[in-house]
Amino acid sequence: MMPDLGDYAATVLGAWGATLLALAGLLALTLVQSRRVARALTEAEARVAQAKAAGAKA
Amino acid sequence: MRLSRRVLPWIAALAGLSLGIGLIWGFFFTPDDYKQGSTVKILFIHVPAAMMAINAWIMMLVTSLIWVIRRHHVSALAARAAAPAGLVFTLIALVTGALWGQPMWNTWWEWDPRLTSFLILLLFYLGYIALWSAIEDPETAADLTGILCVVGSVFAVMSRYAVKFWNQGLHQDSTILKVGEKDPLDVAYYVPLVICLVGFVLFFILIVLLRTRMLIRARRLIALEARERLG
Amino acid sequence: MIALLARDLSLAFRAGGGFGLGLAFFLLVVVLVPLGVGPDSAILAAIAPGVLWVGALLASLLSLDRIFALDHEDGSLDLLATAPLPLEGVVAIKALAHWLVTGLALTLAAPLLAVLLNLPAPGYPWLLLSLAVGTPALSVIGAFGASLTIGLRRGGLLLSLLVLPLYVPTLVFGAEVVRRGATGLAPATPLALLAAITAGSLALLPFAAAAAIRVNLR
Repeated sequence: MMPDLGDYAATVLGAWGATLLALAGLLALTLVQSRRVARALTEAEARVAQAKAAGAKA
Repeated sequence: MRLSRRVLPWIAALAGLSLGIGLIWGFFFTPDDYKQGSTVKILFIHVPAAMMAINAWIMMLVTSLIWVIRRHHVSALAARAAAPAGLVFTLIALVTGALWGQPMWNTWWEWDPRLTSFLILLLFYLGYIALWSAIEDPETAADLTGILCVVGSVFAVMSRYAVKFWNQGLHQDSTILKVGEKDPLDVAYYVPLVICLVGFVLFFILIVLLRTRMLIRARRLIALEARERLG
Repeated sequence: MIALLARDLSLAFRAGGGFGLGLAFFLLVVVLVPLGVGPDSAILAAIAPGVLWVGALLASLLSLDRIFALDHEDGSLDLLATAPLPLEGVVAIKALAHWLVTGLALTLAAPLLAVLLNLPAPGYPWLLLSLAVGTPALSVIGAFGASLTIGLRRGGLLLSLLVLPLYVPTLVFGAEVVRRGATGLAPATPLALLAAITAGSLALLPFAAAAAIRVNLR
């Protein structure tokens, strides 16, 4: 299955590895940041809703 | 926001699919070049990354202009969202280029116009991202980075011509648009390369959508917290 | 307008105003390079145009953050923004003041320092000319960069990151003029391009800088 890369195996594999790593890193960073922001926003919205409900009762 | 949520899984699937097909095809099922041997396989990541590095900046320029002229908030955030992706593409193009240049030109780095322009482009991305993160007020940040992006584009183009003037190139010209001319790219490379290109474009769109959604949420969060403090 | 120019100049020449600082820095760069590269006069002659241009560029970078920062701190920038003089004019005057204090001084000092670097004799007029033509662009580009970072407390470092990539075309053509002049080639083409960049920057960047200042004062 693995193609014969000849003398340049290290070069080709290094370039591909670095690229895939960089793309995966970018995607992972984006996803982690999105999740963190989304969670913080849900919490803040819940807090605001609670405060509003408490205010309405009082 | 609603539209992007519905489109998002499709884009993600398509990006994954075309990247998968293009990369696997490029890596496993293409012949070696008679001169360059197996290093020609770097083509499938080097060229799309380089093209997207420039396209990302162009997209930032367009969205910055839309923000400056029409004051469309999402547009400014989309420009901000695209910058890290462009930075990563630029880095990929430079690193794979260095790795490719080592066996082919017998040097990791050469002060060739194309290579130098990409290094300068990298500096522009760094400055743009640094300015965004330095300014607290979101509107001010959007305005100032917009101005920087427009002015920077002009200077980036001038730098391109300046370094062309300054040194003759070692890097070959682009072969993508040479269909039908002499010395075209062989079909065996062309088809998987185009699929890889599509994959990179979709991947870029995916990242921009995800990051823009994140930035919109972040801004809503800031607004909510400010309102809370006011009580 | 002239009053503003005179005020900026007197502020710059006052102690701690940064007039001598740029020149001293320029001198230091030119002294440090041979110490690092080695005393081979042929090598020094070959790199002299580039070193002189890079030194001038870094020296003019030093005082950029002062262009607007002091006026912003004491509030006089707000006054200037509401003055009858258009803000674009204010930017141009301030860039001119910066150039008179740094660019002009660097241009005049450069031939003296070129002796230290063993610049070939035919290069001297071109060094003077290219710096005289190119440094105004450095000042006005710097004023644009400074206008972007007015409101920031730690703006100095960011300012260099923003401004240095914008200096690339000026540096390339400026050093090329001197290199060609020093080696006896025709330096007219890069000189014309250098002048074009200066003219374009002078004409357009005050508007961009004024827009950035308005955003910052909002």
